[in-house]
Amino acid sequence: MCRLAAITSNIYFSPMENILALETMKEGHDGSGLGLTLKDLGGNFAELKGYPILSGICSKKGAKTLDDFMDKAGFKLKEIWAPKIKPVKGITQRDHYFARVYDYPTSYKNKPMREKEDLLMNIRLTLRKMGEPDESIFAFSFYPDVITLKEVGDPLQLAEFFGLDRENIKAKIILAQGRQNTNYAIYLYACHPFFIQGYCSMTNGENTAFVPIREFLMSRGFPGYIGYNSDSEVFTHILHYTVRQLGFPLTYYKDVITPLKESEIEQREDREALKLIKQSLRPLCIDGPNVVIGFTPDGSCFMVHDAKKLRPGVVGGVKGKFALMSEECGLDSAIPKRDKSKDIFPMKYDTVIVKPHAEEVKVWNQLQN
Amino acid sequence: MEPASKLDHNHQLSLKELPYIVRWKDHRCTRCGRCTAVCPVKAIEASVKVKRVVYSEGPVPTPIAGRKIVHVVEQVTDIERYCTGCGTCTLVCPNDAIEPEYNLQNKFMHYKNRGGEGYKRGGRRNDPSISTLDRLKFTRISMLTDPALDAGRHEFRVRTLLGRILPSDELPLKKMNGKLVVDKESDKFIPPVREIFPIMIGSMSVGALSPPMWEGLAMGVAYLNEVEGLPVVMCTGEGGVPPRLLKSRFLKYIIIQIASGYFGWDEIIHAIPHMVEDPAAIEIKYGQGAKPGDGGLLMAQKVLKLIASIRGVPQFVDLASPPTHQTKYSIEEAVAKMIQSMSMTWGFRVPVYPKISGTKTARAVLNNLARNPYAAALSIDGEDGGTGAAYNVSIDKMGHPIASNLRECYLDLVRQGKQNELPLIAAGGVGKKGNLAANAAALIMLGASAVSIGKYTLQATANCLGDEYNRCNICNTGKCPRGITTQDPKLYRRLDSDKVAERVVEVFKAANVELKKIFAPMGRSTELPIGMSDGLSIDDKAMADRLEISYAC
Ligand code: SF4
Ligand code: SF4
Repeated sequence: MCRLAAITSNIYFSPMENILALETMKEGHDGSGLGLTLKDLGGNFAELKGYPILSGICSKKGAKTLDDFMDKAGFKLKEIWAPKIKPVKGITQRDHYFARVYDYPTSYKNKPMREKEDLLMNIRLTLRKMGEPDESIFAFSFYPDVITLKEVGDPLQLAEFFGLDRENIKAKIILAQGRQNTNYAIYLYACHPFFIQGYCSMTNGENTAFVPIREFLMSRGFPGYIGYNSDSEVFTHILHYTVRQLGFPLTYYKDVITPLKESEIEQREDREALKLIKQSLRPLCIDGPNVVIGFTPDGSCFMVHDAKKLRPGVVGGVKGKFALMSEECGLDSAIPKRDKSKDIFPMKYDTVIVKPHAEEVKVWNQLQN
Repeated sequence: MEPASKLDHNHQLSLKELPYIVRWKDHRCTRCGRCTAVCPVKAIEASVKVKRVVYSEGPVPTPIAGRKIVHVVEQVTDIERYCTGCGTCTLVCPNDAIEPEYNLQNKFMHYKNRGGEGYKRGGRRNDPSISTLDRLKFTRISMLTDPALDAGRHEFRVRTLLGRILPSDELPLKKMNGKLVVDKESDKFIPPVREIFPIMIGSMSVGALSPPMWEGLAMGVAYLNEVEGLPVVMCTGEGGVPPRLLKSRFLKYIIIQIASGYFGWDEIIHAIPHMVEDPAAIEIKYGQGAKPGDGGLLMAQKVLKLIASIRGVPQFVDLASPPTHQTKYSIEEAVAKMIQSMSMTWGFRVPVYPKISGTKTARAVLNNLARNPYAAALSIDGEDGGTGAAYNVSIDKMGHPIASNLRECYLDLVRQGKQNELPLIAAGGVGKKGNLAANAAALIMLGASAVSIGKYTLQATANCLGDEYNRCNICNTGKCPRGITTQDPKLYRRLDSDKVAERVVEVFKAANVELKKIFAPMGRSTELPIGMSDGLSIDDKAMADRLEISYAC
């Protein structure tokens, strides 16, 4: 089972907090990979909020290709951040791990954010395509104020490898996943969290209806719905599709992945809309077992379960800092000083949403909306 | 040379030529005559023979050869009266004295064209081999990493949607106070959609079926809906609907078919003002799996008073429906106009969809429908579908197997992103070997939203004797020995409509349980696993490639 550790706070904190939480939740062998997505960045990045950051890994050859390509695309490099790698036994070091801050091409500077987002995503996808056959480039995210780090190995060792304990890298929202691979091959692109145009999520569990869901997403005519090296990537894309593409409020994510029964829908005020949504998005219904933790561009963080099999998940904290974890001990590690009696264990109808800046936490019940 | 009087009549067939040979046991037979009376084709007759007997009289054995007149039951070798193997004689014999036996060596097809007429029959394709549907296995079982569901504990819903479903990005919704509401100002047409059980009873007409058979089906369906809560629907077939049903609230469980003969439609249209419920849907029949390209035919002897009045025709005339809808010329016309006018008839409140026979050209039809926002579904009837009457050559040789036809249509929809918008209904050979739920589930995982059954229903609910060894299959003659496909009261009084209804209920309840037994271990429960093709495998590489599923052996 994978371990998930998300923390959201109104002050900057180090990803080490997430890694240590992962470590407390560790059970048995667990070295299929670590993924970290940081949003609302501090340190040097705090000054560069408006500029898109390309996160990824490349070989020496890939670095050249990447530079040439970005140059041609009209992106001007502003800043490079690279972790100071400390070789650790068992982890194969790749040539470059990077987060490169760019300035938009001149023609895009004044374009609306939606158009910028499309451009950034297309650039990321092209890089991915160029680098995938020979593994010379991996591009995980390309978006303002977001960094993604991924590598195969044990999370704590990887933290040491990346020097996260020494580096001054901080953020207000960090999602971390320690992967225990079950179904699909160990591969960097199969590593959670998955990110697309400001939406990010990581998942625990299996996805029974992966094939029809993937087919549904891939046939939406949206270029970003590709990849799927992990059956969990669809959860991120469903989130993106529901909230960004269809413009539904976040709470409807639950209605899409675990629609209510007819009799339950009847009790809801928005029943008419809900019935149509249930029919039109029928292929996106999941069976679980899953817990999904994610964030949206506005900085809201959420946790949601499937409606039948359930995977563990808990949310707790204090005003200004909340953690969303796959296990209670992870929460104890991240925010020990909290009122434990207020910890939330979401059940089949619940979506837990932590407001931006960890302002407050709300449980949204699907039956009552 | 000995004179060979029989051989000189060169046209006499031997029993070896016939598909079934009647085994009659002289020593058990009491000559009651029931078998000969009941045989629907007069394949057996009572006959008198002179028999050579050796007997002895007196205290010392003194064998004497003599002749005796005996009464026997004899099978005739007239091809027009061939034994169909129906076994009705066996059913009525009180002494186990008679039984037909299949004759593998038969040359029946060489002779069954007397008078220059091709062989006509009912039933389905005479191919007893294992069909593709029965070769599909469910191989992705949830084990430990993904716990299987528990049919007793988890909520299960084996339901599907019939009707055109709006694409998610065209839903007329707007946000109000953080909630989504239907935008009443939008003039977007929201097509009617029914939630139904994914196995439906396919089109069989009043007329083709006897009154108790049709009644039994309709009663069973009503009971399933109203008492068992299983929303099973059935299709009328061509030829109208009994007037009482048209005006009853049970009409909502009925899909009314319109076919090229438009039989019964005058009566249906006139009944519209008196309808208290809308029908479940309207099916426009363009083709039938058992006889692609052929129209319907109800023979004169079946057109009795009731049928004539329902269909709006005189009694005792052959009722032939043309192979195509005569007033339509192009696919755009045929499909679009017909769908449009049918939709309009019910104020766009009823899903309208076409049914075609399985064919390589199904995708062309599909693509046309995909562009038509009023098309509610596409029903594809594969080559193993049944019929009440058709040429044997059509039944046996024409048409496309359903599995690959359905699959390529589904994948075509996937390529267009319309796999959830236009439901596919698959039919033709579902439950051919009795594996109703497994065949249905396999088709669903290949991409069907629902399946339709016909022949299976007759077999399972009314003990239809027909099979793929051409047993019985005389549905076209009006002499159905079970009383299923006849209008002769002497025959159909053999069938008890209550029993049929009871069996309909049992069949669907069992299928519901079995579908759960398939879906639960695969981890699926509230929505159907439509297109969940990674759950399927087949033991043939070429078939696996064609269906784009995995190969397992
Ligand atoms: S099996 Fe049927 S057709 Fe054959 S002799 Fe008996 S009753 Fe007649
Ligand atoms: S029993 Fe009746 S319905 Fe069945 S094959 Fe024979 S004639 Fe046809």
